[in-house]
Amino acid sequence: MDTLAQLAHGFDVAMTWQNIGLALIGCLLGTIMGALPGLGPSNGVAILIPLAFTLGLGPTPSMILLTSVYYGAMYGGRISSILLNIPGDEPAMMTCLDGYPMAQKGMAGEALSISGIASFVGAFLATWGLILLAPQLVKIALLFGPAEYFALFALAFMTLGGVSSSNQAKAAFAAALGLGLAMIGVDTQTGVPRMTFGEVHLYDGIDFLVAIVGLFALSEVFVFLEHRHGESDAAGRKVEIGRITPPWAMVKSCFPTMLRASGLGFLAGVLPGAGASLGSFISYSMEKRLVDREGTFGTGDPRGVAAPEAGNNAAAGGALVPMLALGVPGSGTTAVLLAVLLSLNITPGPLLFTQNPDVVWGLIAALFIANFMLLLLNIPMVGVFTRLLLIPPRILMPIVAMVSFVGIYGISGSSFDLMVMIGFGVVGWVLRKFDVPLVPVILGILLGNPMESNLRRAVQISNGDWWVLVGSPLAIGLWIIAILGFLAPIFFGRILRDRMKARSDEEGSLRD
Amino acid sequence: MSDRFFGAFGLALAIFYAYAASQIQESFLSDTVGPKAFPYIVAAIFGGASAYIEQRPDHEPVWPPLGRLVEIGAAVIVLMLYAQVLPEIGFVFATAFAAAYLSWRLGSGLLSSVIAGVSISVGIYIVFHLILGLSLARGPFDF
Repeated sequence: MDTLAQLAHGFDVAMTWQNIGLALIGCLLGTIMGALPGLGPSNGVAILIPLAFTLGLGPTPSMILLTSVYYGAMYGGRISSILLNIPGDEPAMMTCLDGYPMAQKGMAGEALSISGIASFVGAFLATWGLILLAPQLVKIALLFGPAEYFALFALAFMTLGGVSSSNQAKAAFAAALGLGLAMIGVDTQTGVPRMTFGEVHLYDGIDFLVAIVGLFALSEVFVFLEHRHGESDAAGRKVEIGRITPPWAMVKSCFPTMLRASGLGFLAGVLPGAGASLGSFISYSMEKRLVDREGTFGTGDPRGVAAPEAGNNAAAGGALVPMLALGVPGSGTTAVLLAVLLSLNITPGPLLFTQNPDVVWGLIAALFIANFMLLLLNIPMVGVFTRLLLIPPRILMPIVAMVSFVGIYGISGSSFDLMVMIGFGVVGWVLRKFDVPLVPVILGILLGNPMESNLRRAVQISNGDWWVLVGSPLAIGLWIIAILGFLAPIFFGRILRDRMKARSDEEGSLRD
Repeated sequence: MSDRFFGAFGLALAIFYAYAASQIQESFLSDTVGPKAFPYIVAAIFGGASAYIEQRPDHEPVWPPLGRLVEIGAAVIVLMLYAQVLPEIGFVFATAFAAAYLSWRLGSGLLSSVIAGVSISVGIYIVFHLILGLSLARGPFDF
């Protein structure tokens, strides 16, 4: 009952004209970003953060805007998967398998509406999962001391590499790079400058927003320049949608699939390091095993469209659980959302639920509202979004680059930050070439300082005894999970990854 | 081969990082762990991972032909120039140039890239400055 009362309070917070308007804008922008190949949830949210700030939005409105974008992108990704056989963003790649064959059979409208309904079911159930699971996780997290937090951060880094990279050494490299960059600046505990080499601009440290926008958004522009991929994928193709209401029998036959896929996707989202791409992948694979008796999966089976869409939207909701309850994001976009909270001076984690209940419950209520808006936007109005697919990258990418510059310049007004951002763009492009995942870099920059201060606090409290780091059953448990999470992909991950790789492009390190 | 070079470069970077960490001035009022310990740990992981990459290289990445690399280099230079001249000549002019350049290099014709550049620049100016009230770089003409 307590939860329901808090949820009702959340609706009070969310139901202002400003918040509803922001949710609507977020849903629209998110769907567009998801639909356009080249702009996904993580870089879409990244270029909007600086804008949310410079507009002076408070914590709750900013989070409402940005998570609506996040949910919206999960919905939008399916549009180009179905119509063009090109995933609009990473998590939507599994939707191509059955969505495009359906479109070829002249059932594009049905495929779009079934996947829209599946997205809604997945996101709706996952938001309930978030409400039920997050407070439980908070109860555990309240038992954490500095040593346990240090172990938790280590766990996040060690498991994150598991799925996002084909090589654990490269994931470790990325995490260390991020942590190393986080050390730049004045040490918060002793006040001495570190790694600044006398450059005054570096005393404040590297602004993680600059790093995020550079790594995610600008590096994408360089990838497009590299391939000189300037024409729209939709150019010259006839995009026929047909009827947009699916027959009731089709919805009914897909419904059990949606429920199962939502459950599995939600779990995949909660696990650190998994994220929405894995959510849609395992949902599809499971459904194929379970219900594909006639071998219709892959030839345009509506259930093959419903499964990955319910899975990835549920995973998106699931990924918010560890981010809000523990302050440890499990995927690229939630890392970006964590950056928003941190820069608004709000520390996610167990205390968020007691100190800023407005932010948490307002956000959750806004997710419900956004979800209904998205259903309305994505089924009757899907035709509008399909027209946007005709925007060619030679127009889109300059807009992405310029909006990135506007956002970062708006925060600091300094050319130095712009230069650092370009630097991160180049580094991001090189790392993607080498198949080094970018998400651990971002996570390292975000979590480096809290991780270090928890380490120092733990050792300080125990008078210099480093064994305190493995001094409690809880800490030992976290370390064991961390080590298993790091080693397991080395032995079992290859098969899973090879299959996922087969569907993704060569610069696949920008995963969510 | 690329991975070997990458690993060796990472290893050099790790050694440099450890050296830079050793140069951190310790304050007399330090905690037990001090400001150096964590950077050393990071350097060790960085070095270890780099050494592993150097020893066990992955498949060769698909490198673009030289012309494409020059293309990216040129775009980086243009964007850096953009960052420098932005406060001098103002948002609208600088952005129109940079956006037109990127659009041209991504395959627009000369005329259409100029149109794209100007409309992107003016569009952003209208939406972000006039409607949303964001402060953009001001040049000599106040826009």
